[in-house]
Amino acid sequence: MSRYYLNYLDELESEAIYVLREVWAQFQNPVILFSGGKDSIVLTHLAKKAFWPCRIPFSLLHVDTGHNFPETLQFRDDLIDTLELRLIVGSVQESIDKGRVVEEKGKSATRNVLQITTLLDAIELHKVDCAIGGGRRDEEKARAKERFFSHRDDFGQWDPKNQRPELWNLFNGKHFEGEHFRVFPISNWTEMDVWNYIKREEISIPLLYLAHQREVVWRNDSWIPNSEFLTLGPDEEVETKKIRFRTLGDITITGGMESNADTLEKIVQEVAGMKQTERGNRTDDKRSEAAMEDRKKQGYF
Amino acid sequence: MEISSNQLLRFSTAGSVDDGKSTLIGRLLYDSKSIFEDQLAAIAKTSKQKGHEGIDLALFTDGLRDEREQGITIDVAYRYFTTPKRKFIIADTPGHIQYTRNMVTGASTANAAIILIDARHGVIEQTKRHAFIASLLHIPHVIVCINKMDLVDFKEEAYDRILRQFEEFSSKLLVTDIRFIPISALLGANVVNHSDSMPWYRGAPLLHTLENLHISSDINKVDARFPVQTVLRPQSEDYLDYRGYAGRVASGVFRKGDEITALPSGFTSKIKRIDLSDTEIEEAYAPMSVTLLLEDDIDIGRGDMIVRSKNQPNITQDVEVMLCWLNDKPARPRAKYAIRHTTNEQKAIIKQVIYKIDINTLSRKTDDFEIGMNDICKVMIRTTKPLMIDSYRDNRASGSIILIDENTNETVAAGMVL
Repeated sequence: MSRYYLNYLDELESEAIYVLREVWAQFQNPVILFSGGKDSIVLTHLAKKAFWPCRIPFSLLHVDTGHNFPETLQFRDDLIDTLELRLIVGSVQESIDKGRVVEEKGKSATRNVLQITTLLDAIELHKVDCAIGGGRRDEEKARAKERFFSHRDDFGQWDPKNQRPELWNLFNGKHFEGEHFRVFPISNWTEMDVWNYIKREEISIPLLYLAHQREVVWRNDSWIPNSEFLTLGPDEEVETKKIRFRTLGDITITGGMESNADTLEKIVQEVAGMKQTERGNRTDDKRSEAAMEDRKKQGYF
Repeated sequence: MEISSNQLLRFSTAGSVDDGKSTLIGRLLYDSKSIFEDQLAAIAKTSKQKGHEGIDLALFTDGLRDEREQGITIDVAYRYFTTPKRKFIIADTPGHIQYTRNMVTGASTANAAIILIDARHGVIEQTKRHAFIASLLHIPHVIVCINKMDLVDFKEEAYDRILRQFEEFSSKLLVTDIRFIPISALLGANVVNHSDSMPWYRGAPLLHTLENLHISSDINKVDARFPVQTVLRPQSEDYLDYRGYAGRVASGVFRKGDEITALPSGFTSKIKRIDLSDTEIEEAYAPMSVTLLLEDDIDIGRGDMIVRSKNQPNITQDVEVMLCWLNDKPARPRAKYAIRHTTNEQKAIIKQVIYKIDINTLSRKTDDFEIGMNDICKVMIRTTKPLMIDSYRDNRASGSIILIDENTNETVAAGMVL
């Protein structure tokens, strides 16, 4: 009898595959929100498994802040070549040039919030009715309340107090013209689960996640990578450190950590002993206690 | 670190702020070392601002801005922790009557429910409501935590009295596995570690209990049911003849060579092959997501159900259901709703309300047939086309339905097939 049970990683995988197949069955034009980060890479891997031997029936949508790690873009392009997928790029730079958004000013300016407009514009332009994201409920307190199938009104907004009840695994993706859904197949995964799964499935990831030598600047309690977009403050200096990134996003706000973990085994060990949350190195979440909730309501990832 | 064989256990908690529910969850997360330093620092800061002594563990479970400001839980929040034995998902739900629908939501996927009782107050209406919901949603294991034992001097008599109170009313409920644990969430007594203050309690602490609940038989392993999600027909030349039925095994076991029947059509065939993504496997069981290939080319699509020919569900258009209404707009008599059952969607009307349940007294009301928010009632539903159903008691996955109002697209009700 005990032969017939799944271990937790198999159960999480099975749940995610079920959700992805529901998306395919319930929506006309779903896309995978692809950032080049590990969660969206795992999502793409799961989609490959869900529809084998068919090709993944979703396009990838990348919201490009213009502030990229070159490695991430290379990884993205290689992946869509291998999987023969269509890539849609929403460009924040274009949104700025068209006057849809105004660039923040000052040393701590980021394009983080600007992405919301670019994302929603891309969703409208390409008539996307479901954007599949790699969001996880363990990441942040506002995300802990997120549904698998999360409804967005025709302004792309999330109403956390009026979410549809979600019972058993009966997902209701019904929507009116112009509205869309965000769907989060790996809602129940933790950072540790993601790493264990990447290791088990031997999924390739950008080498930025492994410890490597890099020029960095100490800012907001983490190592911000040196790049053409970085303006140094008077007290700041560029150093070379052995670091790795726990999350990958906009290069100007993604902090690295000092580490010697240069293999997946070592990363899994390191994550298991980690004392800080992974978003602890993300300047975007530090702005206020409800920073994530506020951005999510407006239509953020 | 050997984690590969660990199971996943989902449990729900229901309670209000005063029960110490948030403190208990905070304690479980804290003592199982699932809280990070930056979270701890943020909580310590807030605790200090609020004038608390030490760290208020309850703050870990604060979610949305409104919840923080009002100090209440409104919606279901999901929390995660892992021990060397298991991975846990907590569905943290509010306890107040106006949030019954959120409790029902949290309970729908749980293997276990934790019901909290304040040792000073004993069994109150809210306790009965929580126990009733656990029974209604057929949660296999219920753990009653008698909390705040420190405030009754850790006395065994207090514990015994509550235990008797609980057993008195719970005899009416359908819960097969109930356990009782005296705890103090605030002090951590009997949560993760044994408490020296209650030597009379010889059972296991809460975490140990959660780690060792036998959950492998929570899913029905007898009645093989496979609701088809979608059909996989690759366009590539390598797989021209591939026609796979993709879905998640709802219950039971399917093996290569099994004789199957596709419902509702009734066509029969044999399982030719089972694919777990690109790997061929010999057998598939719940809750695996797989692809079934059949010997014969028969017409099967989304919403159909593949079952073993010798063990079939009921096929009917008249379904008796225990319904929980989730929407602030009341049910409209004779109105048409969309009904979702597994991957099958049809139209349905609520033909008759048989009785309503007073959730506080557990008594039946047969003189009030209005169905409003949070109401629980027994109804007859008539569907436009047959559903392939089992009773919820036998099979959670093929015995549950939701109703959707097509004017708003909202999920308005959840139902358990009787």
